[in-house]
Amino acid sequence: MKSVREWTPITKVENIPSREGRAVTVGDVEIAIFHVENRYLTIENKCPHKGGPLCDGIVSGAIVVCPLHGRRFDLETGMPVRASEPSSVITFPTRVEDGVIFVDLGAGRKGQEEAA
Amino acid sequence: MKQQLVVVGNGMAGVSCVEQILKQPHNFDITIFGDETHVNYNRILLSLVLAGEKSAEDIVINDIDWYQTNGIRARLGVKIASIDRDKKLVIDEDGGVTEYDKLILATGSSAFIPPIPGVDKKNVHVFRTLDDTRALLEKAQPGLKTAVIGGGLLGLEAARGLQMRGCEVTVVHLMETLMERQLDATGGDYLKRKIESLGIRVMLPQQTAALFGNGRVDGLRFASGEELEADLVVIAAGIRPNAELGRKAGLEVRRGIVVNDYMETSDPHIYSVGECTEHRGQTFGLVAPLFEQGRVLASTIAGNRGAAFAGASPATKLKIMGVDIFSAGSIDESVPGVETVRYEDPSLGVYKKLLLKDNQLLGMILVGDIEDEHTYMDWMRSGIDLTPYRRQILFPPREADPGLEVAAMPDSDIICGCNGVRKGDIVQAIHAHGITTLAGLKERTRASTSCGTCTGLCEKLLRAVTPDFQEETRTTLCSCVPFSYEQLRDMIRGQKLKSVEEVLNVYGNRKGCEVCKPALSYLLDMVWCGDHDEDRSARFINDRVHANIQKDGTFSVVPRMRGGVTTPDELRRIADVADKYKVPMVKVTGSQRIDLLGIKKADLPKVWADLGMPSGQAYTKGVRMVKTCVGTEFCRFGVQDSTRAGIELERRLENLFTPHKFKMGVVGCPRNCAEATVKDLGLVGQDGSWQVVVGGAAGKSVRKADLLITVETTEQALEASDLFFQYYRENANYLERSYDFVERLGIEKLRKETVYAPEADKQKLLDRLARSKALAKDAWLEGQTPMSPTQFVQIQPIQTQPREAQSL
Repeated sequence: MKSVREWTPITKVENIPSREGRAVTVGDVEIAIFHVENRYLTIENKCPHKGGPLCDGIVSGAIVVCPLHGRRFDLETGMPVRASEPSSVITFPTRVEDGVIFVDLGAGRKGQEEAA
Repeated sequence: MKQQLVVVGNGMAGVSCVEQILKQPHNFDITIFGDETHVNYNRILLSLVLAGEKSAEDIVINDIDWYQTNGIRARLGVKIASIDRDKKLVIDEDGGVTEYDKLILATGSSAFIPPIPGVDKKNVHVFRTLDDTRALLEKAQPGLKTAVIGGGLLGLEAARGLQMRGCEVTVVHLMETLMERQLDATGGDYLKRKIESLGIRVMLPQQTAALFGNGRVDGLRFASGEELEADLVVIAAGIRPNAELGRKAGLEVRRGIVVNDYMETSDPHIYSVGECTEHRGQTFGLVAPLFEQGRVLASTIAGNRGAAFAGASPATKLKIMGVDIFSAGSIDESVPGVETVRYEDPSLGVYKKLLLKDNQLLGMILVGDIEDEHTYMDWMRSGIDLTPYRRQILFPPREADPGLEVAAMPDSDIICGCNGVRKGDIVQAIHAHGITTLAGLKERTRASTSCGTCTGLCEKLLRAVTPDFQEETRTTLCSCVPFSYEQLRDMIRGQKLKSVEEVLNVYGNRKGCEVCKPALSYLLDMVWCGDHDEDRSARFINDRVHANIQKDGTFSVVPRMRGGVTTPDELRRIADVADKYKVPMVKVTGSQRIDLLGIKKADLPKVWADLGMPSGQAYTKGVRMVKTCVGTEFCRFGVQDSTRAGIELERRLENLFTPHKFKMGVVGCPRNCAEATVKDLGLVGQDGSWQVVVGGAAGKSVRKADLLITVETTEQALEASDLFFQYYRENANYLERSYDFVERLGIEKLRKETVYAPEADKQKLLDRLARSKALAKDAWLEGQTPMSPTQFVQIQPIQTQPREAQSL
């Protein structure tokens, strides 16, 4: 596991309202950042089912529900909530400093890796 | 000659004993003295009066007619000062003398006021009587800093009541945890979290050393030296038996007036019941054992001495809606040989603990889930051997025979602790009045009308006793907030909850999900007529950005064209927008509107501004549109001006939300060109009248709308529409289309509740609709004044120097 992180400053914390998500495109990556219980969690902004914009989903605790067909993903692990659905989403390490959200875009991990 | 029976005390215990005496043959002339000026009322419900859920009249148990009908002399506002046991007289404070043959002391208890300096300051109150409650209500006002000293049952109920009046309430408690006499530390912590989530501050352990202030109280000083500002202080630090009268008369009195198992005192002509008594070293503060005492005494005094009072194991239930607490029996773990079995789920706020000894249940603490209270109480009282149940003891299996649980209860068991209704009363009422519904039972017996925790048991009784029990159909919203819509509406209204978060924190799992959040958002908007705390995170994306999400994440935009009528100007602007934003598809909808498909979220505010038309609400569970035909204006067959009526109907109801989408149609003659009879609401023009039809559908299934009423004028047709519309808003389940709603309730009932309702009821529906309408706005105005800075804006990553490398 690498010890050096490359943190990209994304946006100010006030741009992500509580219990909502927002999409940001950085280079060729589109991410969705969520504000959940005073934390910020980042996943790729694309539902593996039919490409739905996960940033627009309703959150339930630390789970987001895709607005198109209701697939549910754990924002922390990227894993689908229903084990029967095979695909997961990529999660990105996220931190906050001086009111700015930073994401390590190079360290994105597919959900399965978490369990491995 | 009749014997003189004098009762000192007009409270629940004394009067309930008198009620029992009246039920048997007796030879008494009864006089009741009460030092309060009120008729007998239900003291347990004072917290609900404080909270504004009940009025003082609602909690009267026996009105003045009852005293008269039963030939009872009521001497209210008269305090008895002393008893002359030799002459068998009671002497009131004004020197009045009343003879007795038999005397019942039911003097109750009073608030214990701890010896703290400053308790005599102004605005320091106790909470014990109706007058105390009224005094508190005069002071209580929004924002008033209020401290409640005492974190027991009464203190918490008072705190909640005052908080519902808008006061900023802090509960100050001497001990480490709340309700420590009924709960262990874990249970107390669960309770504290619940109370705090209601918006009440809790300070523990905090010993109040003094109340300070110049004449009026300004605050509390604690032993720790800290201070708390407070303009109103309520002391709820416990109760003391009112035993003084007995003591002065020379009766045997320890903490309370000592009684034996027959409720006899040390004087053969004097008896005592209620909170003033002490029986086998125990005093009482809860209602169930006091009713039991009353029954025993009634037998004794009427000459059937035999029934004995065996004491009571304590059982306590907190009456704060949404905070389910039940504790009974012994909760002392230190007793040798006691085992505890427990279960907890922090996110559901559920904690259960059972104390067992030799496989018998000794006591229990139930927090957050008190479903099995009666099963457990039954186990505890019967002392049955629980060996066969041990594996399922925390979740006892539901009886295969649903009647068994209630069949096993004795008739004297209290079903409704708030109103003192026993199983026998309910069974009798069911037979005597042919009750078949819960609503009927509530009306007759008042059981389950207060805190509602016995509702399940009442239903079981009904099911067991009445051959044709009609269950009230209930749909639970979802497992996050497992309540029916009816209950949720009551909770939101009753507990004055204004936001989705509050509802989920108090009644739910604190998280919510995509099913319950939009539903709760709707209920809050409806109950408060738009004056709720809107939380966009609880809305589906369509209602966050006021457009309909498409499969590729773009949105469709449908501007409002009332009645389907547009102008060349509007059409030009629509065409210009389509060009400017390269709209991939422009489509005429089935609802006589124009749909612009494929618009990016970030472009929505600009598109709306360029269109210069209001939102057509085609993305939401709300008023969609009114489809019309050209009616009398151009059509040679038209007999009513359907376009004008349709435009007016749309204008009246637009921008309002409904349980599901709501489509309307207005046609100028029965040829029905705009298909009004398959709409949620339709007006069908006839020569000289309008038919108002409701519950039509042309979707997954096709249903012809039912006729609600036929009226002569357009104004009457619009009013009938308003009535149905608001009634549907208030009574349908979320996501229940009007056609399912009409079938569920039946058109007969709907007519009775809307167009044929009493004028006053109609007016109330219309008033609430008007209030909602007054706050309803064109959602597209948010394009100019967004709810959050990034509601529509695409966030651009911050531009900085090349990525900075940092090690963690």
